[in-house]
Amino acid sequence: MGIVLQVLFALIFLASLGLAGMKLWRIRRNIFLGTPESLNDRKADRWKHMTLFALGQKKMFSKPLPAILHGFIYVSFVIVNVELIEIAVDGITGHHRTFAPYLGGFYTFMISLIEVLSALALLAAIVFLARRNVLKIKRFTQPELKGWPFKDANLILIMELILVTAILTMNAADFQLQQLGAAHYPDTGKLFVAQYTSAVFSGMEMHQLEIVERSAWWLHILGILFFLNYLPYSKHLHIILAFPNAWYVRFTSPGAIQNMPVIANEVKTMLDPSATPEPVAFTPKTFGAKDVTDLSWKSLLDAYSCTECGRCTASCPANITGKQLSPRKIMMDTRDRLEEVGRNLDKHGSVQDDGKSLLGDYISIEEIRACTTCNACVDACPVSINPLNIILELRRYAIMEQSNAPQEWNMMFNNMENNQAPWQFNPADRLNWKNEI
Amino acid sequence: MQENLNTVPVMAELFAQGETPEVLFWVGCAGSFDDRAKKITGALVKILNATGVKFAVLGTEESCTGDPARRAGNEFLFQMLAQNNIALMNGYGIRKIVTACPHCFNIIKNEYPALGGNYEVLHHTTFLQQLIDAGRLKVDGGSFAGKRITYHDSCYLGRANDIYEAPRVVLQVLDAELAEMKSCKSKGLCCGAGGAQMFKEAEHGNKEINIERTEQALEVQPDIIASACPFCNTMMTDGVKMKEKEADVKVYDVAELIAMAGGLIA
Repeated sequence: MGIVLQVLFALIFLASLGLAGMKLWRIRRNIFLGTPESLNDRKADRWKHMTLFALGQKKMFSKPLPAILHGFIYVSFVIVNVELIEIAVDGITGHHRTFAPYLGGFYTFMISLIEVLSALALLAAIVFLARRNVLKIKRFTQPELKGWPFKDANLILIMELILVTAILTMNAADFQLQQLGAAHYPDTGKLFVAQYTSAVFSGMEMHQLEIVERSAWWLHILGILFFLNYLPYSKHLHIILAFPNAWYVRFTSPGAIQNMPVIANEVKTMLDPSATPEPVAFTPKTFGAKDVTDLSWKSLLDAYSCTECGRCTASCPANITGKQLSPRKIMMDTRDRLEEVGRNLDKHGSVQDDGKSLLGDYISIEEIRACTTCNACVDACPVSINPLNIILELRRYAIMEQSNAPQEWNMMFNNMENNQAPWQFNPADRLNWKNEI
Repeated sequence: MQENLNTVPVMAELFAQGETPEVLFWVGCAGSFDDRAKKITGALVKILNATGVKFAVLGTEESCTGDPARRAGNEFLFQMLAQNNIALMNGYGIRKIVTACPHCFNIIKNEYPALGGNYEVLHHTTFLQQLIDAGRLKVDGGSFAGKRITYHDSCYLGRANDIYEAPRVVLQVLDAELAEMKSCKSKGLCCGAGGAQMFKEAEHGNKEINIERTEQALEVQPDIIASACPFCNTMMTDGVKMKEKEADVKVYDVAELIAMAGGLIA
């Protein structure tokens, strides 16, 4: 029996890691369907940014209470995964708590810490579930969260509840078994939480306790392996991608729009035919973006990093005043479309025209046109996502490739071209104000 | 004295005389053509003259920076305007620019360098702060004693360029009470004009953005809403009118308030 379980464990463990690795590799491939952008300079600043914003979750603290609760789940997740090392060793070797005899008091401390963090994570998960399902906070009930995203968020929290409950149950049963002097259950010392919670199991037979302990142990590890394979389909992927996304942040001023060197050259030689064009690193196939493959790979990494918290949308002046634009929806649409393009690629070996595109089929002109470019969404994002960049690239496509502008903008363009001002004034009158002051 | 305060040197003339100004005052389209914004331009000109800053304007040679075109998505038009402006300014050997428009400020500072336009660009609130710090600008804020002022952050000054303190420091020389709105600084709500929204009707929604922002401003019961952007100024002025509060609440640019406190304008 023992060896069968060990082999089963090893197979499930390796298969889960392999499968998750393949899925993450596929996501990486999808991200690099985007256009090139060089973002690997200033390494010291990138370390600093990643440490502050991904590891330190600096932006979360604009709302302290959610930041602390989120911190409980996050820290417990990180620390619990340290225990995975022991779980893997135990599972494969058939031992139980392999490290306990070697680490002594430190082991007691670590397991107690995991217990405390698990209890705090349990509390946080319950509050977060209540916030989504009972309090119905606006940013959690907006249209783009209807259906799968809403279920996804609840599923993650429920899985977290199950995982931490499994840990607490496992330890409580284990501690009780130790009190009964069960063989194969080494002394862990007095575990901070289990010493009290083990009372729940007092009066149970040793073999019953072993069933409870083993079930919780298996539930925990299978839960974690399932969770790992669930990540690539979920908004919860941010626990991994928040780090590279923070690393590859654009250090240009948030107010700066990216230059288009091809157009700059074209205009340069138009204004001065003798001018020499600047070297261009990359020539895009369209002006602006119609589809996800026209966007920078960083924008695609942004899309996969989004955890749909909606802080961008809650800060968006257009969304606040009832317009269709929601920066979160921009990110979710980009990811959904990229997944669709990825499936297209899986199926055909290369991306075949499916008659669909990000602009039009996912994001409407009305949405992108409502943007005031105020940067509130960019500033609000806890994981360094820039929805504005996508909006601006889609706008460029609409204007330059589709000539799709509202009449007032066409008038503005005409005025700027002919009168060097967005209004219809005579440029010769530009200094007339000096007679009026 | 009055005539001196209104002197507006033009770059082409200075250049012809072989003179170099300390700073180029980039007026911008709103500051040149919009009736309300022209008053801000006037206030700043008087401050510059009163403090003895040697400045010049491009006058009729100045063009739109291209900001609304670029943000609407029309890169060609932006490039034409920007490259012409850069050729003009580089031809004059311009080094330092001050402007009262955060959109002009942002685009010249952050987007012109990629096209060969490298200048030290200051928004007028930063420039005013420097003048005050250097002791060149002395203001008696007495006329604002007891007034309540709330400052509306411009997106292109604040989030885009991290300028939150300069306008507030400048406003502090007025002996007024500064009250912050519930969303201010990096959380400040846009007035609704940016991204070329100024030049078209808003998309369908349930409220105008400037009304939402004006309501936030009115919540702190100010006597004055201070702005630092001609477009914010228009939006907030319109908002105050829509809320029928124009008798109680005035919208002024930071430069206008300083010019008023200095007795330069009424």
